[in-house]
Amino acid sequence: MTEQQHRDLLQDEVQAGTTTGLASPLVDVTDDRQQSLWSDAWKSLKRNPLFWIGSVLGVFFLLMAFFPAPFARGADPRACDLANSKAPPSAEHWFGYDQQGCDYLAQVVYGARSSLIIGALAVFVILVLGVLVGAVAGFFGGWVDSSLARLTDVFYGIPFILGAIVLLRAAFNERGSVQVAIALAAFGWMTAMRLVRSQVIAVKSSDYVAAARAMGASSPRILVRHILPNAVAPVLVYATITVGVLIAAEATLTYLGVGLQRPAISWGLQIDNGQSLLRTAPHLVLFPSMILTLTVMAFIMLGDALRDALDPRQRA
Amino acid sequence: MGRYVARRFLLTIPVLIGASFLIFAMVYALPGDPIRALAGDRPLPPAVVAQIRDDFNLNDPLGLQYVKYVGDLLQGDFGTDFAGRPVIDTIARTLPVTVRLTIVAVLFEIVIGLTAGVLAGIRRNGFFDNLVLVSTTVIVSVPILVLAFISQYVFGLKLGLFPIAGIREGWYSYILPGLVLASGSLAYVARLTRTSIAENTRADYVRTARAKGLPERTILVRHTLRNSLIPVVTFIGADIGALLGGAIVTESVFNLPGIGREVFDAVRAQEGAVVVGIVTLLVFFFIFFNLIVDVLYAVLDPRIRYD
Amino acid sequence: MTTLPSSASSVRDGGASAPILSVEDLFVEFRTRENTVNAVNGISYTVSPGETLAILGESGSGKSVSAQAIMGILDMPPAVIPQGEIWFEGRNLLTLPAEEARKVRGPGISMIFQDALSALNPVYSVGFQIGEMFRAHRGMSKKEAKQHAVELMDRVRIPAAAQRVDDYPHQFSGGMRQRVMIAMAIALDPKILIADEPTTALDVTVQAQVMDLLKDLQRETGMGLVLITHDLGVVNEVADNVAVMYAGRIVERGTVDDVFTSPAHPYTEGLMNSVPNVEVKGGRLQPITGQPPNLSKIPSGCPFHPRCARRRLGADALPGRDCAGDRPPLRLVVPGREAACHYSEEVLGV
Repeated sequence: MTEQQHRDLLQDEVQAGTTTGLASPLVDVTDDRQQSLWSDAWKSLKRNPLFWIGSVLGVFFLLMAFFPAPFARGADPRACDLANSKAPPSAEHWFGYDQQGCDYLAQVVYGARSSLIIGALAVFVILVLGVLVGAVAGFFGGWVDSSLARLTDVFYGIPFILGAIVLLRAAFNERGSVQVAIALAAFGWMTAMRLVRSQVIAVKSSDYVAAARAMGASSPRILVRHILPNAVAPVLVYATITVGVLIAAEATLTYLGVGLQRPAISWGLQIDNGQSLLRTAPHLVLFPSMILTLTVMAFIMLGDALRDALDPRQRA
Repeated sequence: MGRYVARRFLLTIPVLIGASFLIFAMVYALPGDPIRALAGDRPLPPAVVAQIRDDFNLNDPLGLQYVKYVGDLLQGDFGTDFAGRPVIDTIARTLPVTVRLTIVAVLFEIVIGLTAGVLAGIRRNGFFDNLVLVSTTVIVSVPILVLAFISQYVFGLKLGLFPIAGIREGWYSYILPGLVLASGSLAYVARLTRTSIAENTRADYVRTARAKGLPERTILVRHTLRNSLIPVVTFIGADIGALLGGAIVTESVFNLPGIGREVFDAVRAQEGAVVVGIVTLLVFFFIFFNLIVDVLYAVLDPRIRYD
Repeated sequence: MTTLPSSASSVRDGGASAPILSVEDLFVEFRTRENTVNAVNGISYTVSPGETLAILGESGSGKSVSAQAIMGILDMPPAVIPQGEIWFEGRNLLTLPAEEARKVRGPGISMIFQDALSALNPVYSVGFQIGEMFRAHRGMSKKEAKQHAVELMDRVRIPAAAQRVDDYPHQFSGGMRQRVMIAMAIALDPKILIADEPTTALDVTVQAQVMDLLKDLQRETGMGLVLITHDLGVVNEVADNVAVMYAGRIVERGTVDDVFTSPAHPYTEGLMNSVPNVEVKGGRLQPITGQPPNLSKIPSGCPFHPRCARRRLGADALPGRDCAGDRPPLRLVVPGREAACHYSEEVLGV
């Protein structure tokens, strides 16, 4: 790798949040010790409290998304009785009621499902786009790489929320989970692309790929057997953190009015509806906020823990 | 250096063109109905629809539409709202508030974030260091939306320390929203600084500086800090984009009459043209600002200049 | 006043006067949570004015660590110096207060490193970094310091010094960068220059130029040169005396000519045999089998015994000289030669 490639790789990894350092000479990330990478990582993970907190929270919310009924204590979020409007929390109904008189605990619990679906879907699209574009750009180089880089720059030029707002407002006639996920992915794929591209370039110019080529390995084989496994670690870290970031982004967009629409159940909608009643019925904003934060925190902590465990610089 | 600046500048032009085209495409070229995008969901009498089609050149072929669109932009015409008020006027009116908010946020980022990061990085694995690590993880996880409401509730409503909304109290009204806006970036700056410093103190050139018998203070300031701050400064610059997005939420929660709130209101009122106009301007500003950040990076790190 | 140890001073050539630097019984450990690494295990050597002492060894032999201990630039945790003295100009560097020790670095003893690109700060010009020596130690102004920097760059034979003084390290080639480092190191006329693998990262032709430069500078100034390297060729060309290190100890010491033509320690012997010899064609290279020891688990007895073809264990060994049980001290084998082997006489063939 040339000096410039070293620096580009480092810069991309910093931007993606998969590492935060820039000073020391780069440890060659193409070190072919795959087996020990994952077992070392696991040992390191086990020792990290962030990993355990994040995992527990994450599993908790995954369960809540898949099996909401027990978490909602059997209540139906859509069984609303205006007589209960805005009632505060009580022993029977832990989160009280919202303006429509719906059980708020049920509302918040069922809100997890749409958030997690959108987050997962968006990350999936980001990964597909990122891996495809990044691998092509990194592998072929030359003008292919330059033009894709310009394309990426164009998308980078539009701040995430602004782009999502325009896209959601203008391009879709109705906004369900899929549309929101697409909008999130449309302005968030670039970092994944840069990350994959950097890894591909780093590995492509490494000695053992040269050796593999000399032994007659074909390009697709090299790509799959050598390049992609090396890219997995930073992309995994990035993907985990991004799920958290996107869940927060979906709530924000929905709050702003360009995300999910009624009658969908979403934390963003709940916060939006509750904001005017902040003084008198703060629980309407507080509870979805709290659960949203804990969910986001789960993924970010997991991502952080993974990053610390998988950072090749710390293994050296 | 001059060549580097010229090259970066030239590269910015296709990005500007591309971004404006992307925005244009999103509104006019994608399957969604541009009338709906521009005028909202309300049912409109045919005369009004015809007027809109005419105003926005919707009867022209797409290529011509784009040309006219760009032509308007170059003349400073970013569209008008339903009452016929030019978007550019709205922007001029509300921009100062957002600028002030952003300045306050960046100041917080620098002062708190850098300081915490430097202190944590110098004494790695100390108590302060672990404190910074944990608190930054937590802060980054709290969405700005949530933080805005919580702080408004706790510090504004309950404790009465800060105004809940509006800008009646001058710069003081910007403190709480500015801090909220800066929170995520501040945490990241602290982390980045900490790691950058921790790594730089082990760098080879620091070892050389020590071998030269330079005083510790010189080594710290001139060698370690200076080099550590490079990635941080460039991050702060590039982060302005995130601040722009966050400003929308912050201004709407704290009811600050800035550009962000304008976007929020326009989305609510389904004033699509206003939304598109403001976003376009913000995007241009952001791209241009990135150019400045690139140049700044080259000033700080000579290796970049001579590529 | 102190007296210098006699054991080390009995083995020397190439310098007529008393030693300027004397390392005595130095130990350096690195203590981590998991284990303790014994990087340096009791070494002693001296350097006289005009002498070039080569410290020869593989990576992991402790040669760089001992040099860094002399300079006082080890990270002190995790490094610990439990024992030893380093005498320079009548003072024990290890017991000096930090500020006094700092003043020795640069004007008294200076050091150059292997990779000049990472050893130089990338964001300051070379003139600035060379000038730092004058500003920090002699209180000169920026302008004066810069002038001196240009002179130094001339002295180390960097072409167009006046034009290039404001250039940055990455704008120079590897050999030129190394010269910049040398310029920084000799700026204040130090008595001792320690060169830690100065040519390892350079091309062979450039290597020769840099080593010539160092020798010329040494002749001009009369400074002592400590050359730390694993490159036998460089040692042969440039050094007067050589100390061979293994597992943190000196296992052989003598003049370069003597040691290289007739080694007294199996390790040195192995090193000599592993180098291709132009006069002996058609044979096989004989590398030393095995790996250098893990410094946190140094073998008992003679640390080299697991890899030694001449080892004598158990019944084969003479009493008190079991290679696996009894550690051989560094002793005088023949006049002018010390070796740490129970059976050096056999190795030498005397």
